[in-house]
Amino acid sequence: MSADRPLLEAIDLGRQSENSHWLLRNASLRVRAAERLALMGPTGAGKTLLLRALAQLDPSDAGCVLWRGEEIAAQDIPRFRASVVYVQQRPALLPGTSRENLQAPFRLHAHAQREYDEGRVIELLARCGQPSTLLDRTTMQHSGGQSQSVALVRAVQLDPHVLLLDEPTSSLDSQATRSVEELLRDWVELEPASRAIVMVTHDARQAQRFGTTVLRLENGQLTREA
Amino acid sequence: MPDTYIQLAGWQVAAAAALIVLNAAISIALRLELERRLLIASVRAIVQLLLIGLVLGWVFELRSAPVVAGLLGVMTVIAGVAAVGRSSYRYRGDWLNSIVSVWVSSWVVTALALGALLAGERPWYEPQYAIPLLGMILGNTLTGVSLGLDRLGSELSERRDQVEALLTLGATRWEAALPAIRAAVRTGMIPLVNSMMVVGIVSLPGMMTGQLLAGVHPWEAVKYQLVILFLIAAATALGTLGVVLLSYRQLFNRRHQFLHERIHHNE
Repeated sequence: MSADRPLLEAIDLGRQSENSHWLLRNASLRVRAAERLALMGPTGAGKTLLLRALAQLDPSDAGCVLWRGEEIAAQDIPRFRASVVYVQQRPALLPGTSRENLQAPFRLHAHAQREYDEGRVIELLARCGQPSTLLDRTTMQHSGGQSQSVALVRAVQLDPHVLLLDEPTSSLDSQATRSVEELLRDWVELEPASRAIVMVTHDARQAQRFGTTVLRLENGQLTREA
Repeated sequence: MPDTYIQLAGWQVAAAAALIVLNAAISIALRLELERRLLIASVRAIVQLLLIGLVLGWVFELRSAPVVAGLLGVMTVIAGVAAVGRSSYRYRGDWLNSIVSVWVSSWVVTALALGALLAGERPWYEPQYAIPLLGMILGNTLTGVSLGLDRLGSELSERRDQVEALLTLGATRWEAALPAIRAAVRTGMIPLVNSMMVVGIVSLPGMMTGQLLAGVHPWEAVKYQLVILFLIAAATALGTLGVVLLSYRQLFNRRHQFLHERIHHNE
């Protein structure tokens, strides 16, 4: 693969509301290997819509998403989403314990060849500032920060190529936030030729600290910050 | 008609109808404010049953295949539309899915039953068999279909985040929808399973009661009731599964996207 070719690319993406108002318009974006894109913008600017569009979760009203330079066929979408994992802003955990949540992806066809590794999971949870005892607790008992950590670890353990993270540290204290940033930075650096992150954040300092590139989305339009 | 059968006179029916006064008295005493609705419901019941009596009398006399088929068709469409009306979660095109599911499931099962019952000796459109059989099957299939639709809608709406979480992790649309599909089909089938558990112990089913009143030997009535029960079970299962799968296809597209905005919740 050419070093220049982006892993993930959005070309003129657009999304309309039910009354044909553009919520996202002409959004173009390239995510190259080893990149950490920080995406900023006011509330309602379309940041979540953009991440959802990149993950192919919603039908687009305009534009397209390319994976390694090619359009994604309908039947390849699950495999694509196993490589480009979107982590929702509001952690969506399944009923049951944290362990059951972390094991859940391996029951899907897309990850059937792989096995759940509890040692790795405990290590990842620790780097989010969470103890291993969290594994046996039901998700109903979790705090916001604990849920967010489990949802993040559930994605990271799959070692996708791109992580699309929607405010992944919004419920964490500053120490845990730094620790998660470091975990994500290390995760990309472990395989820089095939990994990247797009992270939505409201915190300008976090964007500067974490992002190799900072993008700003305003009124549905994307611009690169100096 | 067995000679033990007693024909009801008009005054006897009127006397039974007068019992509604008891309901009205309870409503007034406890201020339930149901008097008006009781009156409307009673009048509706009388008018509807008189009308269907007239229609059935005419159809039974005609014994014409197109007329019987037409009546069965109308009954089926009404059941399909009524099933959707009872669900509080709606999406565009749901009534078509409901009618198709009710139609296919109830007609397939009724056709099998008529084939076995009449064994080619009498025509399929014998109104005495075709109409009550389909009617009973429709009544139950309609309940299964409406419960299944409602549960699917509520599961997918209330667990939207979880459905999407599975999709984001690489689930196919089927894998993501399966918990909701299971819950919906189960909900559609449970009332029938429950009623089969207690049939004959807690209550005697309507058809069996009718046959007993008409003077049929209890053993014959039981045999008929058992057949009907299993026909209803099969049609309900088929209808519920059908409407849930058709709805699933409408709410998840080929790109494994959950089209949640299509679901509307009516309180």
